[in-house]
Amino acid sequence: MNKLIAWFDERIPMTKTWNIHLAQYPAPKNFNFWYIFGVLATLVLVNQILTGIWLTMNYVPSAEGAFASVEFIMRDIEYGWLLRYMHSTGASAFFVVVYLHMFRGMMYGSYQKPRELLWVFGMLIFLVLMAEAFMGYLLPWGQMSYWGAQVIISLFGAIPIIGDDLTLWIRGDYVISGATLNRFFALHVIALPLVLVILVFLHIIALHEVGSNNPEGVSIKKPKGSVPDADKPKFTFHERFTKKYDIVDAFPFFPYYIVKDLVGVAIFLFFFCYVIFFAPAMGGLFLEPPNFEAANPLKTPAHIAPVWYFTPFYAILRAVPDKLLGVILMFGAIVALFVLPWLDRGKVRSVRYRSTLHKVNLTVFAISFIALGYLGLKPATEVYTMFARIFTFLYFAFFVLLWFYSKNENTKPVPERITK
Amino acid sequence: MKQLIKTTLLVAASLWSVATLAAGPTVPLDEAKVDLHDKASLQRGAQLFMNYCLGCHSMQYQRYNRTFKDLEIPEELGVENLQFTGEKVGDLITNAMATEDAGTWFGTAAPDLTLVARVRGADWIYTYLRSFYVDESRPFGVNNTVFPNVGMPHVLEELQGIPRKTTEQRMVDGEMQDVYVGIKTDGSGMLTDAEYDQAALDITNFLVYTGEPMMLQQQRIGWYVFGFLLVFLIFAVLLKREFFKDVK
Repeated sequence: MNKLIAWFDERIPMTKTWNIHLAQYPAPKNFNFWYIFGVLATLVLVNQILTGIWLTMNYVPSAEGAFASVEFIMRDIEYGWLLRYMHSTGASAFFVVVYLHMFRGMMYGSYQKPRELLWVFGMLIFLVLMAEAFMGYLLPWGQMSYWGAQVIISLFGAIPIIGDDLTLWIRGDYVISGATLNRFFALHVIALPLVLVILVFLHIIALHEVGSNNPEGVSIKKPKGSVPDADKPKFTFHERFTKKYDIVDAFPFFPYYIVKDLVGVAIFLFFFCYVIFFAPAMGGLFLEPPNFEAANPLKTPAHIAPVWYFTPFYAILRAVPDKLLGVILMFGAIVALFVLPWLDRGKVRSVRYRSTLHKVNLTVFAISFIALGYLGLKPATEVYTMFARIFTFLYFAFFVLLWFYSKNENTKPVPERITK
Repeated sequence: MKQLIKTTLLVAASLWSVATLAAGPTVPLDEAKVDLHDKASLQRGAQLFMNYCLGCHSMQYQRYNRTFKDLEIPEELGVENLQFTGEKVGDLITNAMATEDAGTWFGTAAPDLTLVARVRGADWIYTYLRSFYVDESRPFGVNNTVFPNVGMPHVLEELQGIPRKTTEQRMVDGEMQDVYVGIKTDGSGMLTDAEYDQAALDITNFLVYTGEPMMLQQQRIGWYVFGFLLVFLIFAVLLKREFFKDVK
């Protein structure tokens, strides 16, 4: 066995990679509940890819056959319903864990220097994930698939001059049709997943280059030679990490965080499997009732709502009376997150040691995001639109305020070492 | 040209939606106490569906043999008594009415009912089946409070009798007034009111089944999965504790 490993190690950096990224990767010792969502996102990604491959085997990507083929999978394929529900629930679960993962980064300042690029890769993953989910939602070819796509694609029509030609180019037809379905299928099953996997790879590489942040926002890398041996952890870390620094308050990712994450994974799977087996439609949130009716270009549903994970941005879009301005603001909501590392001019990472103003600001931001998500599900009545405007304002106010107060923020003293 | 196509589609779409489906449920829905374990109810529902609904509404994603198996109907008995369309027992439950004909006869194609319970919900179907009433202004002489200006006749009339919106003289604010008390039949049907409600529930039950024929299997497996996850969680916790002895 050792000979076999040696044979490989002479030809490919197998043991080295294992050590750098798992067995000798120093992870701060104080990871809490919020640090499970990266692992969970990876788990859900694997779930989506595997179930997706098997769904593709029986799915028919044509306007005539798509809806019936999904029902064929649900009824006539052995455990086809399980594959389909794992995939549809996985889509929503992906956004749940990714939103929580992003909020974790915001709370503990994980986007701050030197982790800006890590954050940008994460945002790119989020962007591709949204495109992936949007295109995947057209594939069942139900009423909401069809009309949801119709609404979203028509947004590009708001762009001056090129708008109409652009929507035509995206759809490949004057309306959503089989041509649109086919290209969305191609992008959904191969192009975007490929990009997604590459971005996840880059995200992890970037993370392991700069090292993990932690709830205290305190670095575990100390100047070389500044830490007495008695204070160093008793574990071996790869020389890549110890060459320039003394590592403190950390232990290897494998096996310690792997076994700890297993507990988190088990708890997550309870929720995940509850939805799959007992509430696959999740009361109309994960699978919308009108989507059990085949797409009909001549029949507009009374109320078109995107799936829940798009509704915060959809609510921002609807809150603006002008269509073009609404589109700009909606994309602006995502752009603002992209540039967060440069909007926050503070030096203190963790919310634990930042000003009360920042704590309030971040809380208001989280509430606004959830409120917008709720409002995006509801019809745009006068009262709801008014609330959507207020929360849109608060959403953007977070970034503007942050830029102003973060430069000279009244922060608490940050400890030298991770104490808890 | 582009603009023309767009406008035409838009106008067509909006007219269509106004004409057919503009109205959601405007009346409170009665709760349908569906029970997928009640095979007798499902069997009666299947029988009613095949006899009264399948003439116009297909069930094109569901197969006969699957239905017979799930409802515990012996296959020969099913083929003999319930299978009026298709050649083989493994066929999908389709019907012979062409979409074009349906358009001419009813103004719109009769929707496929395989998944109607997932679109509308059980309560809607149950209330809808019990909400037809006489309305001479409509082409078929009936209307429906749950689905105003519905395009279909009251197919179950021979079972229910002739239903009318009924008012009663009641004392309101010290005055006798006509108060709407709901839809009552004239008693000319083959079933009593209670029996008709049961028949409506049986059909609803059957449609809930066809919407998700895998539901019972799915939930049964779900409990096993929970059992496994519980064991997995216990071992994961123990494993974590064992390893973290090194760290503390």
